[in-house]
Parts: sequence; structure tokens; C-alpha cells
Amino acid sequence: MKQRIAWRPADTLPDRREVLLLQGIPDGVDPSPRILSIVESATALYLEAAEPRALVADISQEAFAEVYRGEGGNAPVTPVEAIVPRADALALYVATVGARVTDRIRTLFAQNEPALATMLDAVASAAADRLTHLLAVRHGAGTGGANGRGRLTLGYSPGYCGWHVSGQRALFAYLQADAIGVTLNASCLMDPLKSVSGVLAGGPADIHRFVPGYEFCAECRNKTCVSRIKAWSIPMSSG
Amino acid sequence: MSVVSEIAVSLQRGEDDQVALLVQRALDDGQDAAAILQDGLVAGMGVVGEQFREREIFLPDVLLAARAMYAGLALLKPLLAKEGVPTSGTVVIGSVQGDLHDIGKNLVGIMLAGAGFDVIDLGSDVAPERFVDAACQHGASVIGLSALLTTTMPMMKNVVELVRGRGLQDRIKVIVGGAPVSDAWARQIGADAYGYDAASAVERVRALARKPA
Repeated sequence: MKQRIAWRPADTLPDRREVLLLQGIPDGVDPSPRILSIVESATALYLEAAEPRALVADISQEAFAEVYRGEGGNAPVTPVEAIVPRADALALYVATVGARVTDRIRTLFAQNEPALATMLDAVASAAADRLTHLLAVRHGAGTGGANGRGRLTLGYSPGYCGWHVSGQRALFAYLQADAIGVTLNASCLMDPLKSVSGVLAGGPADIHRFVPGYEFCAECRNKTCVSRIKAWSIPMSSG
Repeated sequence: MSVVSEIAVSLQRGEDDQVALLVQRALDDGQDAAAILQDGLVAGMGVVGEQFREREIFLPDVLLAARAMYAGLALLKPLLAKEGVPTSGTVVIGSVQGDLHDIGKNLVGIMLAGAGFDVIDLGSDVAPERFVDAACQHGASVIGLSALLTTTMPMMKNVVELVRGRGLQDRIKVIVGGAPVSDAWARQIGADAYGYDAASAVERVRALARKPA
């Protein structure tokens, strides 16, 4: 089943903490009033310009294996190929906050407003990541139970964790993502820029646990897998 | 406190209107544009850069300071050009062909301008020939390449090879950066330097620009 989803921008706003982290401001640091003021302005601009939407389609294990194989560029061993076969519900997705946000960021740079432009970029990036989270929660609720109580749906994307970014082509061909205005360029870059894509894998929470010790992990700068694993480990251990 | 010192302090606070006001006052007082640039704007950005490296301030603070710097620079640039004052050097920057990400590249450009470089920003999705042609046209000693995708990283090698193919490797150095880029990758493709982030890119460009041709 394929679904088109649209959100109100306000429903996709990320936590301020995530935005500040993208600006290099760690947890536990109180940002100055002027930084908070920029966050507020950027948030207002996001609410004005964002057009968040997504396309989601269920996919079988066999069909996903074909998509995942893509153009043969994946790392020899990856977490995705260990996680997905143990999932009991899979869906491919593409989601975007829309092109107007990116246009606005470029305009702000051109107008010598680099602090606001960069903050809006951070808000939009965090919002795009939040779309994956919203889709995962929605998909989990519709396929065997919401996250928590031992079940979990998480998204995995081409370009990360050994899944080669050229895998985007097979994913986009399966979804026909241009239906929501998201396209790929020759480098497999999504347009609009603030878009996310991947596979939603739902099942027992434990299937998502892995040790980030793969060869490609050494080059990874964001290590979001670590925080994701930590985030769901707590409810898991409390039963 | 001298007006030029006040400029540096106001810049650190990100007070763009005040910086413009003070630069104009310094010019009206007959101060040299080059001295206002170096002792006011560049000195102020130097402090900001140092505070950023030491994690005393954060990216938004740096960018507010940069905005203030540009406000002052807008008044000085015509005078500096008229007087033929040399800058720290000229750097051509851009995101490589096929890559539309430009935030990181923009930040590097801002930091380089703050360090007194003339920055020729070619934008994103830039073909190798445009980088090299622009460097020749503007007399740049450094080309800065940004890529955010593993699929676009190979384009960096094309630029390095084009510089060598035209026999310009002694005159034009290439620095690379971006999320998937590493020091090992820079060495692998024969680039002259790798910038981990905007601050380190400025340091590397400084070193490259100092190297004799």
C-alpha cells in the first residue's frame, strides 16, 4: 500500500535541543539570549515556508532485498542487512520539508544574514530528521503496535551505515517519489535538499541493536546510531 | 580606547550597525583603510575565531560577528581597491559538480573573508573547469572544494588532476572538505590540504597561501 502524507509545519518542528546541537551547542550549555532569539526567528521562518509531506509504501523482504542491492555499491557487511531480515514490517519512504525552506536559506545568505540562514538550515535539517521519526511512529502504530513495550520501528537510509547512496535510485524507482515533488540528481542528491528517504523497519526492538564497529563507522561523524540505541534501550530494560 | 579598537570589540559582539558607524567615523578621522581592516575587522575576527576554537562562543556568535565584519568591509572595500591594498590572498571556493549543499562551503567562505582573504564563491554544482578558470582569472593561490556526498567526492580528484594537467600545481593549491571527506582522502587524490571544519580550513589556507610558488 502506498500513502501520501502531509503535515502542518508546526507538527514537524524539532526540539530546540536538536537544533542547537546542529549548531555545535552541546547539552548543558545555556545559549545566550541573542542565540535564542535567532532560534525563534528561524523557527518562525520555518513555520512560514515549510511544506512537509511524505510518500510511504509497504515493501516485502524480497522486494527490499532487490532495492537494497541497488547498484552493488554497499559495504560488504552492514547493519541494515542484519536488521531488516529480522523485521516483520517494512516500508520505503521519502519525505521532505519542501523547497521553499531551502530557497529562504539561500536568500538569507545573499542578504548577509548568515547566522539566521544557518539556524534556519539547522531547523530544517532537524525537522527533516523528525519526519523520519514521525513516519516510524506512524508505521509502527499501524503494524503491530506503537514504539515501546519491546517493539520499535526505525528508519535506515542510503548513504549511511554502509548502504551506498546510489541505492537511492532503486528506492526512488520503487516509490516514484516525484509524486510529492522530490527528485534525484545524477549524484543521487535529493531535491529539495531538506529531504529524507530510506526504509522503515519495524519489529522487536532488539533487532535494531548493533555495535558501531564496522569499517565505515570510523569515517562517520554523526554517530546518531549510538544515541538511537541509547534512546530505546532505556524503556527496553524497564520492561 | 581607539576607534579601531572599538571596531574590533563591537565586531566581537556582532553589532553590525555599530561597526559600520565606527568604520565610517575612523575613515572620517582620516585613518587608513588598510589599518582599519587589519587592526579593526581582521583583528576582531581573529579574536572571534580563537574564542570559537576554544568553545567559548558558538557558531551563531561567529556568524553575527561575520555579519558585522561585512558591514564594515562594505565601506572599506572600494577604498582598499582604489589604494591597491593587498589582501591575505585570493581563494576560489565552491561545492563540486553534482553537489548542491552549500552551508559548509558558505561558512568556510565567511571565515576566510574574516581572515582577510578575497573569496570568490562559485556556489554549488561547480564543474572542474570553472574552478580552475576562476582561479586563473582572479589570481587565486588556493581552490577550496566542498562535497557532502560520497558520490560527489570523486569530482574533487578531477579538479586536482585538472590543476596538474594545466601545469598549475605550483601556483594553485587545492584544499578539500565536507562531511564524508577525510585527510586520507585528500592524500589519496593528491590534494594539498584537508579542512576538518571551517576554522581548520582557514588555518590550512593560510599555510597554503604562505607557501612560495
